[in-house]
Amino acid sequence: MSGITEPRSTTKRVLQANIWLVYLFFYAPILVLVIYSFSDSRNVGAWGGFTLDWYRDFGDSSAAKGALSNSLKIAVVSTIVAVVLGTISALALERFTFRGKQVFDALLYLPIIIPDVTMAVMLLLFFSEAANIFGFSKGFATITLSHIAFSISFVSIVVRARLAGMDDKLEEAAVDLYATKWQAFRHVTLPLIMPGIIGGALLAFTLSLDDVVITEFVTGPGWTTLPVYVFGLIRKGVTPLINAISVVMLVASMGLVALSLLTDRARGESAEIE
Amino acid sequence: MTATLEPEASIDADVATPEFEAAREQQKRRQGLFMALPAYLYLFVFFVIPLVIVIVYSFATRTRFGTELSGWNIDSYRRLGDPLVRDILLRSTTLAVITTLICLLLAYPFAYYMSTRSEKTRNLMLVFVMIPFWTNFLVRNYAWRVILGSDGPYSRLSEAIGFGEGRLLFTNVAVILGLVYGFLPFMILPLYAAIERIDGRLLEASRDLYASGFQSFRHVLLPLSMPGVVAGSILVFVPSLGAYVTPAILGGAKTTLLGSYIVTQFLSARDWPFGAALSFVLMAVMLTSTIVYFRKGGRTL
Repeated sequence: MSGITEPRSTTKRVLQANIWLVYLFFYAPILVLVIYSFSDSRNVGAWGGFTLDWYRDFGDSSAAKGALSNSLKIAVVSTIVAVVLGTISALALERFTFRGKQVFDALLYLPIIIPDVTMAVMLLLFFSEAANIFGFSKGFATITLSHIAFSISFVSIVVRARLAGMDDKLEEAAVDLYATKWQAFRHVTLPLIMPGIIGGALLAFTLSLDDVVITEFVTGPGWTTLPVYVFGLIRKGVTPLINAISVVMLVASMGLVALSLLTDRARGESAEIE
Repeated sequence: MTATLEPEASIDADVATPEFEAAREQQKRRQGLFMALPAYLYLFVFFVIPLVIVIVYSFATRTRFGTELSGWNIDSYRRLGDPLVRDILLRSTTLAVITTLICLLLAYPFAYYMSTRSEKTRNLMLVFVMIPFWTNFLVRNYAWRVILGSDGPYSRLSEAIGFGEGRLLFTNVAVILGLVYGFLPFMILPLYAAIERIDGRLLEASRDLYASGFQSFRHVLLPLSMPGVVAGSILVFVPSLGAYVTPAILGGAKTTLLGSYIVTQFLSARDWPFGAALSFVLMAVMLTSTIVYFRKGGRTL
């Protein structure tokens, strides 16, 4: 299959202009935010010389640090559970046919496209009904359970994409060579899908760290996460402290993207070896 | 029939007799279901049941003390026709449609041009689309709050150009800007995936047969990339319709949108049945668009 050929010159120039426009649109606001986070001025939109004060304020704020630690705890636990459940379901969907497979497949897509608000409402009502019956208070558990609910789908899709590009003859060969099913999985399948699992885990981790709306609905006393904390601050007004926290969150996101790209590259290389 | 086959099967079990195959097939099916079960159960408990609860609540009665799960009625759905609610639904739909169209307009040429590049350039371009896709949505919306805020870069620029102090913050334009900024990657990625798969020779053939550039776009490229257009539009339209963070940060207090209106019902108005009915509207839109997408032969979003 040959690629799509070059467009004509005028069209080409318009297309190129559009590319730069889109990239400018994507990155200029981020750049502005980063610059202002170093500005020594209480007025958020003005430049008042270089300072690191706002980052120091973040370090001194026990509320912000507490929220950050809550976010990390929730993200770690929800990612682990989502990765296990998502990976097993990806294997089931990609390697087996079973009754109700199509329904399951469709069900897995819903948490991805459902608007945050709708899922937040669903889980709020669910947990308040469950609390009436079982009597628990909202907090770590309810947030983590909710984050797992939307992360499973993302992990499953990323791992499935990896499995789909993989030859299942390798597993069959292992079984032919008297490996048990478990051994074949442990020594053949698992290492091959590992880049997919890591990619899915990073995505789940990012989604958990980023979520505001669902967390706001299912959180309880003492369990404010960093985005919920920042969202609360923004609604009260814009301050340089928010700029600094935002940039820290930005850098964390970028770090996770970089990691996922690295595993992506590893994915590409191992695919070549195959 | 089984009587004639059975002796054979017992003589040589390794030969794939229909029964042996069937038994193996059944075992595989059982194993598949067994493996899917944990995630299936999880989503059943934490997604399907909550979804049903929302529907049940939407028919419940609101009392002074909260919600009474009896005296079932459709009052909450009747209220969807109130002028105030109709305005909110209409405004949210309009904003979501405009957002989707702007995203399509920016993303389609972007994705098309990207697929004409060499593999190396393509991958690099893709990386720079993925970065905003992964970056915190709240932070990205907040960046616009800083830019559009009073005394911010935007007002300085518009004053310098001579537009006077054009105020964008807390208007619907700002909300659309924030939504486009937030969801544009969700349009680019499926469009690129769809366009990249197209055999370029088909476009060449149309040009060889004297189609103009526009004709070949209209009759070849566009129909072939339709799955990407539909997938991207769903991924932008549905979350835009239910947007809550963007209007809260960039929107005005007077122009309430559906997402914020739903949140108000739960967090301050304490009218859960009505909030549930409003959420159901969003769910219906989501379910309908997904069903349409899969019916039209779309495979992955």
